[in-house]
Amino acid sequence: MVASTALGRTLADAQRIAESVTDPEMPMLTLADLGVLRNVGITQQGSVIVTITPTYSGCPAMATMRDDLTRRLRSASFDDVEVRTVLYPAWSSDWITIEGRRKLREHGMSPPGPAATTGGPIPLTLSPPRRDISCPQCGSAQTELTSEFGSTACKALYRCADCGEPFDHVKEI
Amino acid sequence: MQTDNKSAGDNPAAAAVHDSVYDGLLGSDASAWAFGTDFDDPLAGIDTSIAADVNHEALAAYALMLGDDALIMSHRLTQWCSRAPDLEDDVALSNIALDLLGQARLLLARAAAADPQIVPDMPADSPVPADDALAFFRDEPQFRNVRLVEADNGDFAVTITRLLVFTAWRLEIFSALTRSRDTVLAAVAAKGVKEMTYHRDYAARWFVTLAQGTDESGRRIEAALHTVWPYVGELFETVGAEQAAVADGVGIDPTTMRPAFDGLLDTIFSAAGIDVPATSQMGGVNGRAGRDGLHTEAMGPLLAQMQSVARAHPMGRW
Repeated sequence: MVASTALGRTLADAQRIAESVTDPEMPMLTLADLGVLRNVGITQQGSVIVTITPTYSGCPAMATMRDDLTRRLRSASFDDVEVRTVLYPAWSSDWITIEGRRKLREHGMSPPGPAATTGGPIPLTLSPPRRDISCPQCGSAQTELTSEFGSTACKALYRCADCGEPFDHVKEI
Repeated sequence: MQTDNKSAGDNPAAAAVHDSVYDGLLGSDASAWAFGTDFDDPLAGIDTSIAADVNHEALAAYALMLGDDALIMSHRLTQWCSRAPDLEDDVALSNIALDLLGQARLLLARAAAADPQIVPDMPADSPVPADDALAFFRDEPQFRNVRLVEADNGDFAVTITRLLVFTAWRLEIFSALTRSRDTVLAAVAAKGVKEMTYHRDYAARWFVTLAQGTDESGRRIEAALHTVWPYVGELFETVGAEQAAVADGVGIDPTTMRPAFDGLLDTIFSAAGIDVPATSQMGGVNGRAGRDGLHTEAMGPLLAQMQSVARAHPMGRW
């Protein structure tokens, strides 16, 4: 059945709305910026099908993302919304868009470098990883790793040796 | 530090009096609160179909044992929260616990979807989802985790040593499991590999640091190895449910992972200046061990703590 409110709606409308929904933990980024929004489709009957993927297995924000997508699309009169999760391919920090990286830096976070290529034996790294990171506050390259684990699953903690500010670095995964 | 922010004095909104310090954080949009929503099915919206020639019971039993390993290990690591030697390690152990809990939820949900018979009976209309029912409403003999993950955390050296052994072993299995014929298991494994690469590096670095640190930290690592090592043998024993899952192409035979595990630990032990322990292995009872539901004395109190709130509220909504 074609819902009357969905008539005339285009896929582009649904995409535009879904792409504007923000991440609950890093609200400066949209789900599209973060790369967790994998697809937005619309059926002949006007049902919107949104596909998302979690950043980490334990990401506690998945339910909120689903709720937010559904709520925003419904409030735009897409009455029938289905949010699907895909686990494969696993999310990579490489999927954060250029715009997303710009926003991270603008908000005092350091964007990830290239993720390690997968496949083959997983290398053991006994020394702390060396990343080419500049301080998002003052731009200094004199930064040091505080911890490989931070305030959310996807971040490491760094400190700038010049301005002294601590900052989050989104981890390569 | 940025200094161009307006001070509160220039901003009437910031100076407004609130009844609660949390008022005003969210504006009028309560849905923006990340953790206030319900925890729904972790496999919601995921294609959970199973290949026609795969034995559902074997797939469920296999997913259950991998899920139980992660669940119990996660619970132990969570007990460090607010008690770790410093804030960074508190955050690290909590993060690792969260990743493992995520793996556990996906795997328990997978097990329940493959064979609903394994899910404990709940009161009619209970809102408890299948993965929670498995985690909180099974008794000790129904848990299929290896005994390695059960013991008390001990000191930081024991925790690090156990985490090293656990992640080194699980990473090898998950690495192979990415080729499972079960698409959900393969996907969970592919995600888990990325996460556990960080876990293993963390544990290995601390292991070497403690071993090479002071006399006291070195003594503690040696003692930790003697505590943990007796449970390593069990990790590489294959039980019936695993054999069935291996035969169907959905599971991994852990015995085939031993050479890679030994090679990796040799590298770490060598960097740490530690010899492979010669301690004897903890045997089962009449051939039964963790995978058969036979656990150590630490398991009962662990489950009592982990399950008590959920069991008191079988109709609870969280």
